[in-house]
Amino acid sequence: MLISRRTSWSLRGIALLYLLLLLVLPLGVVFGRTFEHGFSTAWGWMTTPAAISAFWLTVLVAVIAVPLNTIFGVGCALVLVRGRARGRAILDALIDLPFVVSPVIVGLALILVYGQTGWFGKWFTDHGVRIIYAAPGIVLATIFVSLPFVVREVAPVLIEVGDEQEQAAATLGASSWQTFWRVTLPSIRWGVAYGVVLTTARALGEIGAVLIVSSNVAGQTQTLPLLVLARSDQIGSGAITSAYAAATELAVMSLVVLLAMTLLGRGRDSS
Amino acid sequence: MARGALGLGIATLYLSAIVLIPLAAVAVKAFSAGLGTFWDSVTSPYAAKALVITLVISLIVAAIGAVMGTLVAWVLVRDEFRGKRVLNALIDLPFALPTIVAGLTLLALYGPDSPFGVHLAYTRAAVIVALLFVTLPFVVRSVQPVLIEVDREVEEAAASLGASNATTFRRIVLPSLRPAILSGAALAFARSVGEIGSLVLIAGKVQIASIVIYADIESDAPHAAASLSVVLLVLALIVLVILRRLGGRVAH
Repeated sequence: MLISRRTSWSLRGIALLYLLLLLVLPLGVVFGRTFEHGFSTAWGWMTTPAAISAFWLTVLVAVIAVPLNTIFGVGCALVLVRGRARGRAILDALIDLPFVVSPVIVGLALILVYGQTGWFGKWFTDHGVRIIYAAPGIVLATIFVSLPFVVREVAPVLIEVGDEQEQAAATLGASSWQTFWRVTLPSIRWGVAYGVVLTTARALGEIGAVLIVSSNVAGQTQTLPLLVLARSDQIGSGAITSAYAAATELAVMSLVVLLAMTLLGRGRDSS
Repeated sequence: MARGALGLGIATLYLSAIVLIPLAAVAVKAFSAGLGTFWDSVTSPYAAKALVITLVISLIVAAIGAVMGTLVAWVLVRDEFRGKRVLNALIDLPFALPTIVAGLTLLALYGPDSPFGVHLAYTRAAVIVALLFVTLPFVVRSVQPVLIEVDREVEEAAASLGASNATTFRRIVLPSLRPAILSGAALAFARSVGEIGSLVLIAGKVQIASIVIYADIESDAPHAAASLSVVLLVLALIVLVILRRLGGRVAH
């Protein structure tokens, strides 16, 4: 299609304006509001005991959820693409559920199963394990919402690279374990890495499901997103700056994730 | 034993413990007092109104997202300008940015302290803006690869035969983009129906379904919450089936 200069410029203008209003401006405002009373004030809000504890809880949850979903994701992609067992189609269809189920429903569902009066909750309570309103509940909710990312990134790569090299390795006498580590994993590494980044982004930022399964107690079960919410609801001078400070902390983490996404996306396309 | 049977078993077990059994518990709870009670709960004025508002808002978001997302994808693929790569990276920002931060930023920009004097907060318009933000990448990222692959010779042929740009777009380009636009819009719709993170701060008294479910859980009415959840779950399943039909891969 040959497009006149004028049409091309106005399309570009509309796209840029839309993205400016929707993406760039809001982010700029949060950074601006965070530092309007100086860097040390903002830093002070980021380093209160509650904020430090929230930061580490968020990191802890991601450190548990991301590896579990990565192992599951790679294994599941292998089963779906390379396996021959019956029932793969059903598993394939159900994997995407977490992408379309509301986080609020995730929270409710976990309470109904793992809460004190839930299906398995009584057994856990009898054995002194508290899941809902405690850290394990936050971990479960995070695993739920970030479950499909690695599978959905790795499966297409597995289809694309084919299994000829794997068969060659097997013919030359490699065990299936050796084949996985020496042949399969190197060929899908960009897909795995990209899936891990997406999982991490979701794990760090999840609030909907966590909001419901966490008791939201500062210093105990408050993640960074919950801290932003709690501080936003407070009234009084400094409250809003403190919320912006915690939001900036999260935004910086997500910009790092975005950078990783861009770089890995490039590696994935060029390989 | 067929190849991968053990793996399939383990994967199914993991998925069951975390996803399937909990979702089943929601359905069981919703129907625990019989079909009649479920129906009464879902058709109560409170719940019915929330469902209608949620559906209307989500459809608006999917429609605006489809048009603007296609436009943005077009500019990113067919246009050349400085800073395009930065802009391309920025598209993924809503996926990377925690939704509560998105809500707070929109509150800062379009809320009571708005630097431009635009007061959208706590209105339906604010909910739509927040949802447009969090769903922005869906259509763009689903249309972009298709647009790159599209054969431009057909467009040139159409133009040389005298077709206007509008006709070429409508008759040649749009048909090949349609599945991608639709699957992107379907994902945006599904996300909008269930979204809460970016809305808790700015929804105010706009009673969308996810906020109503949250309020029901907090006020210890799990049955009402479960009933409304079942309706949303059915909607989610319909979207999943549509996506499978379109053959689009479900991303992010």
